[in-house]
Amino acid sequence: MALTPKERMKIQRQDMPEREPGVRNQDFKEVNVGFDLKLAQLEAERCIQCKEAKCIDDCPVEIDIPLFLEHIANGDLKSAAEVLLKDNALPGITGRVCPQEEQCEKVCVRGKGKGCPVAIGHLERFIADWARENLDEKFTPPEPTGYKVAIVGSGPAGLTTAGELTKKGHDVTVFEALHTPGGVLTYGIPEFRLPNEIIDAEVDRLRRMGVKIICNVVIGRTFTIDELMNEEGFHAVFVANGAGLPVFMNIPGENLKGVYSANEYLTRSNLMRAYRFPDYDTPIIHGEKAVVIGGGNTAMDSVRTAKRLGAKQATLVYRRSRAEMPARNEEIHHAEEEGIIFKLLCSPVRFLSSEDGWVCGCECIEMELGEPDASGRRRPVPIKGSEFIIECDLVVEAIGTGANPLLTSTTPDIELNRWGNIIVDEKGMTSKAGVFAGGDITRGGATVILAMGDGKKAAAAIDRYLCEKAAK
Amino acid sequence: MFRILDAKQLASDVKWFRIEAPLVAKHRKPGQFVIICLDETGERIPLTVADSDPEKGTIELIVKAIGKTTMVLCRKEKGDSIAHVMGPLGRPTDIEKVGHAVVVGGGVGTAVIYPLAQALREAGNYVSAITGGRTKDLVVLEEELEKVSDVVYATTDDGSYGFKGTVADKLVELLEDKERPIGAIYCAGPVPMMRAIAELTKPRGIKTIVSLNPIMVDGTGMCGGCRVTIGEETKFACVDGPEFDGHEVNFDELWDRLSAYHKQERVSLERMEHECELDAQ
Ligand SMILES: Cc1cc2nc3c(=O)[nH]c(=O)nc-3n(C[C@H](O)[C@H](O)[C@H](O)COP(=O)(O)OP(=O)(O)OC[C@H]3O[C@@H](n4cnc5c(N)ncnc54)[C@H](O)[C@@H]3O)c2cc1C
Ligand SMILES: Cc1cc2nc3c(=O)[nH]c(=O)nc-3n(C[C@H](O)[C@H](O)[C@H](O)COP(=O)(O)OP(=O)(O)OC[C@H]3O[C@@H](n4cnc5c(N)ncnc54)[C@H](O)[C@@H]3O)c2cc1C
Ligand code: SF4
Ligand code: SF4
Ligand code: FES
Repeated sequence: MALTPKERMKIQRQDMPEREPGVRNQDFKEVNVGFDLKLAQLEAERCIQCKEAKCIDDCPVEIDIPLFLEHIANGDLKSAAEVLLKDNALPGITGRVCPQEEQCEKVCVRGKGKGCPVAIGHLERFIADWARENLDEKFTPPEPTGYKVAIVGSGPAGLTTAGELTKKGHDVTVFEALHTPGGVLTYGIPEFRLPNEIIDAEVDRLRRMGVKIICNVVIGRTFTIDELMNEEGFHAVFVANGAGLPVFMNIPGENLKGVYSANEYLTRSNLMRAYRFPDYDTPIIHGEKAVVIGGGNTAMDSVRTAKRLGAKQATLVYRRSRAEMPARNEEIHHAEEEGIIFKLLCSPVRFLSSEDGWVCGCECIEMELGEPDASGRRRPVPIKGSEFIIECDLVVEAIGTGANPLLTSTTPDIELNRWGNIIVDEKGMTSKAGVFAGGDITRGGATVILAMGDGKKAAAAIDRYLCEKAAK
Repeated sequence: MFRILDAKQLASDVKWFRIEAPLVAKHRKPGQFVIICLDETGERIPLTVADSDPEKGTIELIVKAIGKTTMVLCRKEKGDSIAHVMGPLGRPTDIEKVGHAVVVGGGVGTAVIYPLAQALREAGNYVSAITGGRTKDLVVLEEELEKVSDVVYATTDDGSYGFKGTVADKLVELLEDKERPIGAIYCAGPVPMMRAIAELTKPRGIKTIVSLNPIMVDGTGMCGGCRVTIGEETKFACVDGPEFDGHEVNFDELWDRLSAYHKQERVSLERMEHECELDAQ
């Protein structure tokens, strides 16, 4: 018996079961435990099944949220999974890392006023995990179109596009520079938030659909885009190489031993599994006193990794206040619970060196918030004479990433903006015919779901482009 | 999987490999390298492509066993394989006509200069090659260099073979030879050797290109681990290099950064040796 809206309104939001902070900050196993069927059904029943569901508009891949929630409420997990997978090729991933509070859950009517939105992300995770274990998907290959599409990069944008175009019958090959697919999902986001087996399973599902993934190929070095199109027979290319260029602060002492970019620190730990050294060969520096600079997801992931690698004191240094931190709320909250020290409103000015060239301190200056800047956030202004030193033996800089010029410098006819990001029109097409782009390379560092939304949009545009080509 | 088609011991701890890697072979130019990873628990390490055959789809690597990964690799034989070979990476060398080009290799740095000698000679240069080691066993590739250079000098620190002295000592002699002025010097090897050579040539104003060997991870400019200071600027050796103007390099910083993992490298090595002992029992 379906519940009445009134009955539904009475149900409170269900909390995600989590592992104890003092236990989980010692290992790399997932923090969130996940809903069981009972919790999931209860939470799904909170959805009042809006006629004009705003939540769908704010999901960049346009999942039919009320429908998949209704199936969960009815205990029909198979149908829920089918609805979810139709529009989202990577639900186990988005269900874990999507900034839902900025997307679908932000506009959910249950969140109006003092209310709490339906936990759409948690339910997505629940269904994705159920589907991975239980859903026996049969892929019937569509009629081949005879068109070949190359995709550069196997992050969320590249994988989404690959899946969508394969469904349409195009012959899709993803070229990935690293030895494992997944992009930031694999090399950046730690296993305590997104276990590698989830990524492997979702990538594997795409392979079963017919997507080819070739690793160890660097476009711009192994092939240029022109070679892909003129010599290798690809009719269109989608560039999704991400924003993988570390930004350094450019302050004295940055090249001391023990100072990392977040990209290097996280790549060592996640992609190369340095946290399991010496079972895995890649080493990583373990700090007793770690300082991580920044306030985004990357900074949060780095400082929580440092804690798990044994730091007695793991400090996050951020130049604005907590309210301005760009990281997901859940991650900030988890970091606090895990004993991370937050040094807000201050910024490093230089790193100090021990006699043998290791970092031994981080000199910071305090900040106050001035007038709002271009981003609308209040600009931090240094307070004269307020310098102080944090002792440390490990520093990770997580202040952002830029566009990596490796690929674009070999394809001069793709137009870039002044930050080196690829310029695309509303369909995702670049200034070069047949070449499309999306994800972080067009937006600068953004989010998984925005990258996936770009991928989906570009896939539709590429399909149209190829059909028009066929008509000619 | 990348198959090893052929392998040959060149010196007690230096081994040559021919590997099936068609995509790398097709595009690789002198001065470029690959990053390899032996298996799923392995580390990613950079190795120069000594030679390649685009038709056959093969590349050649010359590896000196100095730590865990290179030692495990050097135990591999024809028929074995390597899980990952990525590349080609780095900027190709600018091969110019300079008249007299001198290539200098210390230890396994010789593997890096071998393809340069070949390309420089093909570009019409007179190529002198200096290859040095501490002692006779450590001089590598002399025979191979003979084929691609006009003249080869082998040096040993202890005088057990060839010229007694360092490669820099030999270079001083060539610098003094007024008959054949040097147009440019290309060198690769241990940091102190490259520094010594750059210091020799700087006052004389002779162009000196050095191939730097910082610790790398991805090789695509994504991690910044390979950063080196060139003049006032920070550069990423994997994408901006690995070759730089030797007169601008901050060698002290490079040398220091190379020691960052000494402790862990010893742990890896001891563990491997222990495992080998167990295997032998
Ligand atoms: C540590 C960290 C934590 C994050 N946490 C979150 C989070 O919780 N939620 C969220 O929504 N977002 C998060 N983000 C942001 C999110 O991960 C990115 O916005 C997203 O991954 C971008 O996707 P993409 O497909 O555009 O690129 P990427 O994921 O960067 O993938 C690009 C891929 O292209 C490959 N590549 C690059 N150049 C080449 C080339 N020349 N040839 C071949 N391949 C190439 C790269 O190796 C990489 O695999 C986080 C980012 C980081 C760094
Ligand atoms: C561009 C480039 C080209 C190279 N070409 C060759 C070559 O043709 N033949 C050859 O024998 N060697 C070459 N090297 C050096 C080779 O990469 C190192 O010897 C190897 O990484 C050592 O690994 P290991 O595990 O055996 O030793 P370890 O015990 O791990 O390290 C020994 C020393 O090698 C250096 N090193 C360690 N890890 C790395 C890494 N990931 N990247 C770079 N250096 C590291 C450090 O100085 C370290 O102290 C090259 C290096 C670079 C950067
Ligand atoms: S993918 Fe993200 S935005 Fe879309 S429904 Fe899931 S959590 Fe919400
Ligand atoms: S807005 Fe909220 S309540 Fe309405 S359909 Fe979407 S999830 Fe359900
Ligand atoms: S090796 Fe990572 S940037 Fe060069």
